[in-house]
Amino acid sequence: MSLFEKRLQDIHTELEKGELTVSDLVNASFERIAQTEEKVKAFISLDEENARARAKQLDEQQSRGEEQGLLFGLPAGIKDNIITKNVITTCASKLLANYKPVHNATAMDRLHASEAVMIGKLNMDEFAMGGSTENSSFHNTYNPWNLDYVPGGSSGGSAASVAAGQVYFSLGSDTGGSIRQPAAYCGVVGLKPTYGLVSRYGLVAFASSLDQIGPITKNVEDSAYVLQAIAAHDPVDSTSADVEIPDYISALTGDIKGLRVGVPKEMMGEGIDPEVREKISAALKVLESLGATVEEVTLPHTEYAVPTYYILAPSEASSNLARYDGVRYGVRADSAENLLDMYHETRSQGLGPEVKRRIMLGTYALSSGYYDAYYRKAQQVRTLIKRDFDQVFANYDVIIGPTAPTTAFKIGEKVNDPLTMYLEDICTVPVNLAGIPAISVPCGFASNGMPVGMQIAGKSFDEATVLRVAHAFEQNTEHHKARPEL
Amino acid sequence: MSAITRNEVEYVAKLARLNLTEEEAVKYTEQLNSILEFAGKLNELDTADVPPTSHVLDVYNVMRDDIVRPSLSHEDALRNAPDEEDGQFKVPAVIE
Repeated sequence: MSLFEKRLQDIHTELEKGELTVSDLVNASFERIAQTEEKVKAFISLDEENARARAKQLDEQQSRGEEQGLLFGLPAGIKDNIITKNVITTCASKLLANYKPVHNATAMDRLHASEAVMIGKLNMDEFAMGGSTENSSFHNTYNPWNLDYVPGGSSGGSAASVAAGQVYFSLGSDTGGSIRQPAAYCGVVGLKPTYGLVSRYGLVAFASSLDQIGPITKNVEDSAYVLQAIAAHDPVDSTSADVEIPDYISALTGDIKGLRVGVPKEMMGEGIDPEVREKISAALKVLESLGATVEEVTLPHTEYAVPTYYILAPSEASSNLARYDGVRYGVRADSAENLLDMYHETRSQGLGPEVKRRIMLGTYALSSGYYDAYYRKAQQVRTLIKRDFDQVFANYDVIIGPTAPTTAFKIGEKVNDPLTMYLEDICTVPVNLAGIPAISVPCGFASNGMPVGMQIAGKSFDEATVLRVAHAFEQNTEHHKARPEL
Repeated sequence: MSAITRNEVEYVAKLARLNLTEEEAVKYTEQLNSILEFAGKLNELDTADVPPTSHVLDVYNVMRDDIVRPSLSHEDALRNAPDEEDGQFKVPAVIE
């Protein structure tokens, strides 16, 4: 059994007893990466020297009998849009290929304080824009379940790395589904916390009103541990919520008797692959057998969520990405003769096609004459979508449906058809627009052998219930124990 | 909603500080049109009395106490600069 198949608590007990060292864990991680990375290509860069030094430091701490942090010694991979001090952070963009941040993201500081060990930086769609990790400027990442398929995106490296057993857990970021959709495609657990629960400070901004950092793990218990470590109010992030953080780990009671589950008919109908629908229905039966009541509900504005998102997110992106002009950081085009030329050349050479497409879409939607027709209109529809959720949550504890309408698709299948690719986000995007928490957990396999994910969404700041339901399901099924052969 | 023209795409690219090749201009005109046509679906909804949501948290004007404390050093701020001189970011001449 791989070290990483062990429960977190068992690993910590073995460390305490001296049966295992942090160096063993870190060695196991790099060994597994050496065995599998040529196939999976989950990483942009490895940070071997620092990881081994940190392991040694933690082992010394352990030998002095000091108390262990919550994630003590656990090897972690970090999506390459979460900035890491003195370690190159590229956002999978040629433009930032040489960018070495001078400070850490708050989430990184918190991981460090909880004593996890960063192994390296994970591949993604450039600036987190995409649903397949085919928009990385460096290389594709491959789905560990079948290397002909995409791992999903934009946190494709984060999901593939955990599925391949290369790291104990990873961090991703989710703007329209970028943690949950790749988690579903790769058969692992991905949690998007409530907007504002985890600090966005040091997460390279894509769409500021939607972006959230969250964990990707191989089971729900680990997800609760990582969330516990990273969730906290951050005074340097004006969008960080000042709320009390509950104990997520003790929330995993396994008891969901009397829980009220709403299943939106809009997420179980046309457009959802019949095999996916069948797996979700079977999963709902499991929850019913555990004492939950399951009823059909309606989120009437669901069909408007994707068009709303694809106006709002690119608009915010066009503004956020204006900073990449080659003046203060990044790779500057050297062919320019004057300042304006330098801006144009740097951006044109440094940014990839999906990023340019979204910048232009956003610039257009925000431009004079079109602002009311597109941007303001989309913000108003966002209100309607949020109200849909509020209405359902008045009577239900969680909302459950598929994470994505299909299982992972083949590499190259959708890359030239942005609109079709955007529709893969239909189940995840409404959650981001409403700002609520949601988790994707494995709930079976399609006939082609690819994993299916179930999405469980909850009320704002009610991660405890979302995790409890996910955990109860997991304890009564075997799907999360399956591993790809590599 | 009216379709976006090739000229508008080129104008938007200019606003966004992007140069487009001939091929890109053609491709983006086609793709932006199909995405905007899709977004036109939002006009099915009457939103006259609906307030816009700019972000979901019920907070505004988040302030910290105005206390002097250490920040990024001058050296750190310049560490990633593609070009610098005398402690400043250096860019091509703006004025002849």
